[in-house]
Amino acid sequence: MSDPRLSLLDANEDLPRSLCTRALEPDRRGFLKMLGGGLLICLTHPSARAQEAGRTFGGHELPQEISAWLHIAADGKVKVFTGKVEVGQNIRTSLAQQVAEELRVPFDSITMVMGDTDLVPWDMGTFGSRTTPTMGPQLRSMAWAARESLVQLAAQRWNVDARTLTAADGRVTNPATSLVLTYGELTRGEKLVRNVSEADPLTPAVEWKIAGMPIPKANGRDFVTGKHKYPSDISRPGLLFGAIVRPDGFNATLASLDISAAEKLPFVKVVRDGDFVGVVAPDAWSAEQARKSIRAVWDVPPQPSNHGLFEYLKANPEDDDESRPQHASGSVADAIASAEVKLEERYTVQYIAHAPLEPRAAVAEWNGDKLTVWTGTQRPFGVRDELVEAFHLAPEQVRVIQPDMGSGYGGKHTGEAAVEAARLAKASGKPVKVVWTRSEEFTWGYLRPAGLIEIRAAARRDGTLVAWEHHNYNSGPSGIASPYNAANQLIQYHPSKSPLRQGSYRGLASTANNFARESHIDGLAQAVGVDPLEFRLKNMTDPRLRAALEAAADKFGWGKLKSTPERGLGIACGTEKGGYMATCAEVEIDPATKHLRIRRVVEAWESGAVVNPDGLQNQVMGAIVQAIGGALFEQILFANGRILNQRFAHYRLPRFKDTPQVEVVLIDRKDLPPAGAGETGIVGLAPAVGNAVFAATGSRLKTMPMAPKVLASGEANPSFQS
Amino acid sequence: MGDLILNVNGRHLRTSAPEEESLLSVLRNRLDVTGPKYGCGEGQCGACTVLVNDRVTRSCRVSAASVAGSRITTIEGLEENGKLSDVQQAFLDEGAFQCGYCTSGMILAATALLRDTPDPTEDQIVDAMNGNLCRCGTYPRILQAVQRASRLAAQRGVR
Repeated sequence: MSDPRLSLLDANEDLPRSLCTRALEPDRRGFLKMLGGGLLICLTHPSARAQEAGRTFGGHELPQEISAWLHIAADGKVKVFTGKVEVGQNIRTSLAQQVAEELRVPFDSITMVMGDTDLVPWDMGTFGSRTTPTMGPQLRSMAWAARESLVQLAAQRWNVDARTLTAADGRVTNPATSLVLTYGELTRGEKLVRNVSEADPLTPAVEWKIAGMPIPKANGRDFVTGKHKYPSDISRPGLLFGAIVRPDGFNATLASLDISAAEKLPFVKVVRDGDFVGVVAPDAWSAEQARKSIRAVWDVPPQPSNHGLFEYLKANPEDDDESRPQHASGSVADAIASAEVKLEERYTVQYIAHAPLEPRAAVAEWNGDKLTVWTGTQRPFGVRDELVEAFHLAPEQVRVIQPDMGSGYGGKHTGEAAVEAARLAKASGKPVKVVWTRSEEFTWGYLRPAGLIEIRAAARRDGTLVAWEHHNYNSGPSGIASPYNAANQLIQYHPSKSPLRQGSYRGLASTANNFARESHIDGLAQAVGVDPLEFRLKNMTDPRLRAALEAAADKFGWGKLKSTPERGLGIACGTEKGGYMATCAEVEIDPATKHLRIRRVVEAWESGAVVNPDGLQNQVMGAIVQAIGGALFEQILFANGRILNQRFAHYRLPRFKDTPQVEVVLIDRKDLPPAGAGETGIVGLAPAVGNAVFAATGSRLKTMPMAPKVLASGEANPSFQS
Repeated sequence: MGDLILNVNGRHLRTSAPEEESLLSVLRNRLDVTGPKYGCGEGQCGACTVLVNDRVTRSCRVSAASVAGSRITTIEGLEENGKLSDVQQAFLDEGAFQCGYCTSGMILAATALLRDTPDPTEDQIVDAMNGNLCRCGTYPRILQAVQRASRLAAQRGVR
């Protein structure tokens, strides 16, 4: 604590927000000097900590430094710095809109600098639908403070009361004199120190002029011309191409290795470090030939397979703090013992892969002991930490740069390719690119967890839900809370020892928990003879979820259409991460062949005030289409530590022909703060489709995927196929 | 390693590559033409789509040597004098992308479709484009973009 700058931090500790233009941590100074003069808005750590409130990250020490968020140059151009990354969810546009709104500048004057660890404030990562609810207000506050500073500067120049001035379109105007100063003119040569402790008077959504508008993707033209450089497109002078020799299965150990053929290949270098074996070559083709020429023998221990997976998950609990009831009230056992109608079922979901179209990729370059890595990741600072640990470096020796990437869907939290490229670059003394093959992406990434869900519930004959018991084994706690009223409840997540590497995924367990709950609610409605929509509304008080249900039902024409053996209609709803959604599905079924096809989907979506209706429509529609895979046919087949379907030819994904007519109804609640919308839109499709099949046929589909051609056991599916 | 001259977007690009190396690998890794993307290496996803003599071709499934002498068009070759093609403009107007990684393949597949079938039905578009994957799920907008491109061409009197 000897650095005098730290005392400044301490002095500001009690303030909710502290803004300044000084006292930057050493490693960002050079960068900020590079920006030249102008107005720089910074923030001390209390808000940076609040930004990720409620989240912990493996004991990672949250940042103590002051960080710069916003810079206005003399020419009026605005740079905004954030550790959030653009992966297709459109935050490069929606965050810029929010800054433009509060700063009162044209949208086009803003450049978002994202996911470059040398340039942006520390950030935990882009996941959990957190960007809109946390980064949005943070940047809006910065923009508001900048605007206030600029107005005060103008007031000083003109020697007038700041309250008489207006700020709009990148300039401050004095209405009394019609004098105008542009932001650029105001910032020239000025240095500001400003502390702010009052509550944010941010612009209410009803007054938005730039936020709330359907502004097209900020750099959209670069994507239709091929100019945008994705992580796997990055090149460097003298670049070599790397490839890794992969084990023959999970948990394998290297028994023997013969690299003699590879070493004879011209310009090829083999890099070995323990069980890590890689090659580098001047071109990708030679690197691949070298990899193929290496003879490695691995010992792979016997491991579980899809067969008996769900029994395995239930029988192998993981000791975990999370393993306690999420919700417990009354007595489910007593209520069920005396119930008029009861229903008990078991639902399962298989492991599925994210399959981002761009696989993991990284380019690593060493300059002395400074490492720079361009890579596709949702957690640039997390990848920096991995590199710091792998190479025993200080954080300031590592720079991770995340070009807008070929998406992730929760699948790119980790930095495997970054570490591999850096290892090979270090050994070869040249920059090295590593791009995972599709097979590597399926096998050596991580998967959405498989899970077993057991539910028993009871209702009165009048349609009142009285008991609800929901146990999730392995797949996770998100979305497990029930939105339905029941006096007697027991809801619990039970972590398991997963036989496969598993991790985050869009919506994560919310998909499984909503599938099980909404299927079960549908079953209860049928058992008491009440319409599924009516049953839901009867047992639910949350006005936002009710509004979503009613909006979806209205648009779909629920109640006007009737299910037949050839056409099923289903409905489902749920809420998670501040998003409220209801989904209606129409499914066409051939009773003879049991072939099914989703014809039409209507989803009503509400996540507070809408920041960009066009981007939000796109996001929710995409979630619905992506959900078709996990609902109908996606599943990872595995045995003995090996993924069996590690190619697109063997792992079916939703295509044009699988895509129904999709209608998204946005409910714009301008009176409520915006929530994230990247994930929860995915959770309604599977139960709505399952409920539609039930309405048409009386068959309850309780496994995800519901209609694969081949079962996880390897047998042909005798039931519904899509 | 053999010397190779490829006609890419009207330019003759010289490199050397083994007989077996794919067109995708040569374009991306030797010529730094990165519009065509790697997605699967087995012709299942369409991210690597290019046009060879105006025909849709999975550049991961043909060798570069086999198309020497042919006209190769990638996404970088569709703009004319800084003006987007109808299909590019339509994708931009419809916002028919999210992460955009599939976009170059989608645009080239649509370009070839509209050349052969200027006014396609919805089924014809779906049939022609079904080999192109979009993991972000923007298919409904891509469909609209292809229909819009067809209208743009009609308005300009191209067909």
